[in-house]
Amino acid sequence: MMEQIVIPILQVLIAVAVVPLLILYLQLVERKVLGFMQARLAPRRVGWHGLLQPVADALKLLTKEDTIPARADRFLFTLAPIVAVAPALAALAVIPIAGTPFTVFGYEVKPWISDLNIGVVYLLAVSSLGIYGTILGGWSSNSKYSLLGALRSSAQMISYEVPLGFALIGVMMLAGSASMVRIVEAQRSSGWWFVVPQILGFFCYFVSAVAETNRVPFDLPEAESELVAGFHTEYSGMKFALFFLAEYTNMIVVSSIVTIAFFGGWLRPFPNAEALAWLENGWVFFTPLVLAAFLGWLVGKRLGGNLMPMLIGGALGALLGFGIAVADPGGLASMRLPLLSGIFWFTLKVSFFLFAYIWFRGTYPRYRYDQLMQLGWKRLIPLSIGNVLLTGLVMLLLDRRA
Amino acid sequence: MFHTEDMEINMGPQHPSTHGVLRLKLQLDGEQIKDMRPVIGYLHRGVEKLCEHRTYAMIEPLTDRLDYVAAISENLGYCGAVETLMGLQIPPRAQYIRVVLAELQRIASHLLWLGTHALDLGAMTVFFYTFRERELILDLFEAFCGARLTYNSMRIGGLLEDVPRGWFDRVRHFLKIFPGRMQEYEDLLTVNRIFLGRTKGVGLLSAKDAIAYGVSGPPLRASGVNYDVRKALPYSSYDQFEFDVPLGSHGDTYDRYLVRMEELRQSCRIIRQALDRMPDGEVRAKVPKYIKPPAGEVYHVVESPRGEQGFYIVSTGGEMPYRVRFRAPSFVNLQALPVMCQGGLVADVVAVIGSIDIVLGDCDR
Repeated sequence: MMEQIVIPILQVLIAVAVVPLLILYLQLVERKVLGFMQARLAPRRVGWHGLLQPVADALKLLTKEDTIPARADRFLFTLAPIVAVAPALAALAVIPIAGTPFTVFGYEVKPWISDLNIGVVYLLAVSSLGIYGTILGGWSSNSKYSLLGALRSSAQMISYEVPLGFALIGVMMLAGSASMVRIVEAQRSSGWWFVVPQILGFFCYFVSAVAETNRVPFDLPEAESELVAGFHTEYSGMKFALFFLAEYTNMIVVSSIVTIAFFGGWLRPFPNAEALAWLENGWVFFTPLVLAAFLGWLVGKRLGGNLMPMLIGGALGALLGFGIAVADPGGLASMRLPLLSGIFWFTLKVSFFLFAYIWFRGTYPRYRYDQLMQLGWKRLIPLSIGNVLLTGLVMLLLDRRA
Repeated sequence: MFHTEDMEINMGPQHPSTHGVLRLKLQLDGEQIKDMRPVIGYLHRGVEKLCEHRTYAMIEPLTDRLDYVAAISENLGYCGAVETLMGLQIPPRAQYIRVVLAELQRIASHLLWLGTHALDLGAMTVFFYTFRERELILDLFEAFCGARLTYNSMRIGGLLEDVPRGWFDRVRHFLKIFPGRMQEYEDLLTVNRIFLGRTKGVGLLSAKDAIAYGVSGPPLRASGVNYDVRKALPYSSYDQFEFDVPLGSHGDTYDRYLVRMEELRQSCRIIRQALDRMPDGEVRAKVPKYIKPPAGEVYHVVESPRGEQGFYIVSTGGEMPYRVRFRAPSFVNLQALPVMCQGGLVADVVAVIGSIDIVLGDCDR
């Protein structure tokens, strides 16, 4: 009873409560990183270095007037943000953030909500439902800009779902399973991350996933210079916040899938090499973090809170901590913390891909609609199908699995 | 039975990328543009009429408000027109300083164009980079005349005052760092595949059409027509400087981008020459206290960052002009917009508007 019902419900509650908070701060990170790339300061007013800015933004969105345009379809207009955000959050259910179950108050808790044997298929199915939110939102607004944005995004998201699926098929073939946990386990047993044999698949997946989440350079549905704000032009207040939440949740989900399917999920680099076992040591991921934060804070305080010295200080701290950990003064190398280690590596990898998203946004112009379609149908789809065929051929030749 | 309706969509006057209060009536078939009509006049202030009730000296601040992105070019053109009408000889130092100011203004204006053009195409970072450098130029202008946007920087007969001490060194400093900064923009755009895809072959304007529509400035030169007022009808001693007039070959958005980027470099070259050969002496000719040009008319053109900026003044010998008429390059260039957008997509419209670099204050007057 407890393990069947109560714990999963608690897990779901935690996921649904924690992810929006994460997203608030992800958005702050995005603004900070973009500010750094664009030679400006980014939020600094609310709280220390703008740390309370997300709270202020959330309050603003919550208290804003919730407008519904005249002659809009009131029911669908209200439904659309919910339809957008629900699948995005539902996708979190099958994402494992670490490999080992742990016990709380004598009950065994797994670091994932559900380990479906068709996890990948579930993800693809659920994430494609999110399109309905976009289409309904754009259509029900009774605005031409919204409609154009919605049409664009439905065409775009449906087109890019094809290479997205094909890219993951290669991984499923290698792992021999569609369960997210088994995919990671397969990467442990095969000894390398699937990005090595599936480099094409990784490329197709990540490009399609950026397009699927409507982010730069594929942010046509909300191209602000053409369509004002695309499908959510007419939304305000909390309804807008839900679309926003959906977009960023999708970013996290996509980054997690890339991490799990291609970069070994919670596994450390070279998961089988015993020589690198110290990477699972608590010291290795704990000391650098603490020292990085401390040195970054110290340097930032001495030099007036500039970002660059803080980053350099943080990096130095991380290196120092790394050195201490490798030198291993306290004989703690034997103290392995699989759960913390798993969460650490998983978070690190996901953060990198989230950073890549922001990086793209700071670098690229936007594709044009026809060019986007060409890229999808003429390049990515043949490439991803070719990848599946190639993977099958090589597996057949090597006779790895019957 | 089945039929599809074209969608008519109003782009502007409140729209993030129509660069002011331009309104475009678009007829769309899906994403494709079937017809387009620019609607202007939202920023009409009747400046030409106002000028008929101002003395000549009082008109110069009004010219600031025409093309507010390149006010110094307007000042230069207006003062030049009155000076031609009066037959004044401008001291060489004033002419050189005017050239320095005008070319700095061209750089500032092109930087604003580059930033907003890139922003329209979705590349937001370039915008912040160009504004960083534009800020340096605005600081220079502020040091020179106290204003950052509407300068009223010149006087009929020369300048109000000489430049402040150390100003030329600051200009030199800017010229020293600017090429490196330009490299940053180019790294982000010139060879970016997405940027190339968005601009190459988009908004084609043939040389024949360009001439027929009276297009001038960088859009004309990008279509391959070698016409630059600074070379064709030199004013303010532009004939004493060496510079190239960059030309495009296809007349597409990318060529207009390349032409302006090269103009940035050529402007630096002109400023460098002007600083090296800066003459000494007065900065203002002997001008009567009350400016009363003799009866007659004059048409004086300058090359503003947007194109051929003309000033037509009719004087009856009084303190105020009888009629003033501005040839606004933005207005004329805007006429060619429907030609350039023919058969394009919605996304091309913003690219093309960005590439002709209109200022609605100039267009609507």
